[in-house]
Amino acid sequence: MFLNITLAHIMSLSSVLLVLGLVGIVLNRRNIIAILMCLELVLLAANINLVAAGHFRADVLGPMITFFILTVAAAELAIGLAIVTLFFRNRGNIEIDSADVMRG
Amino acid sequence: MLADILFLMFAMGLLMGAGTVVLAKNPMVGVLGLVFTFLQASMLFILMKAEFLGLLLIMVYVGAITVMFLFVLMTIDIDFGRLREGFAAYLPVGVLVAGVLLAELILAINASPMEGVGNPIQAAVRGASGGSDVERMGLLLFTNYNLPFQAAGLILLTAMVGAIVLTHRRRAGVKRQDIGAQVLRLKSDAMVKTKPAIGQGVSVDHWTPKSVATHEPKLKKPVRKGKGK
Repeated sequence: MFLNITLAHIMSLSSVLLVLGLVGIVLNRRNIIAILMCLELVLLAANINLVAAGHFRADVLGPMITFFILTVAAAELAIGLAIVTLFFRNRGNIEIDSADVMRG
Repeated sequence: MLADILFLMFAMGLLMGAGTVVLAKNPMVGVLGLVFTFLQASMLFILMKAEFLGLLLIMVYVGAITVMFLFVLMTIDIDFGRLREGFAAYLPVGVLVAGVLLAELILAINASPMEGVGNPIQAAVRGASGGSDVERMGLLLFTNYNLPFQAAGLILLTAMVGAIVLTHRRRAGVKRQDIGAQVLRLKSDAMVKTKPAIGQGVSVDHWTPKSVATHEPKLKKPVRKGKGK
């Protein structure tokens, strides 16, 4: 059981994680795969927040929402990586700059 | 006390892994950093008495999602160094925005009233009545949240079908079973009845079937754009 760690500490940790993910999205602006990985970090920050809130309130609703977020994140990532594969097959690269023309 | 020390350790590991993901030159290293980050996060979940979600995080993220990243990275052939051009150019703006955002978040967290929320002893007393985490979550999932649970299953099914439809392609020159052609095959395509005279025998050279099944998929040769011939 935590003695000195409070909800604010864990929320600060997840804030740092969220900001790291956002910085990663900005810095790796041309690489779709890196952007997807940083999006996972952002989602993980949200999940940590929810689980921490559920723990400190002794409420199972937070973990429950985390469960559904995990599901949707997995689905989103499967589709996203399929689109990356398709994009590479059509274009020969995965630069976001070359994704400005919507052709098959 | 032990939990506090463990929390600090796992938090440091989490942030180090996340930093690896953000700064990795080689995306393969980035994926391994992502694995490390999720392992640390699952330890944090277990520390916060969400054992089911911690193990689920290991199974889903470490076992499936990062492996999917690895597969995609291995199948596409790209000079990832070229994709990092402009990394340094975005760095000042990115760090500035991140610092402002982080300061705002921390200020907001510290300013929000959390009395009664951050009291772990009270929470433990309240939580002690509900049995284990798996028990409570399972009970809710199959009663109150049954409909969202099934909707989550449908979402996963849709994602699976979508990913297969998007990435599936037919190559020319690969023999595959065509059930439609097999079912549509007529008796006249496959056999012929003759009654040869005695001592003549049968020749199949001049025999052409009445209807030849033409269900072979007509494929154009894939046109490769790009460098060279």
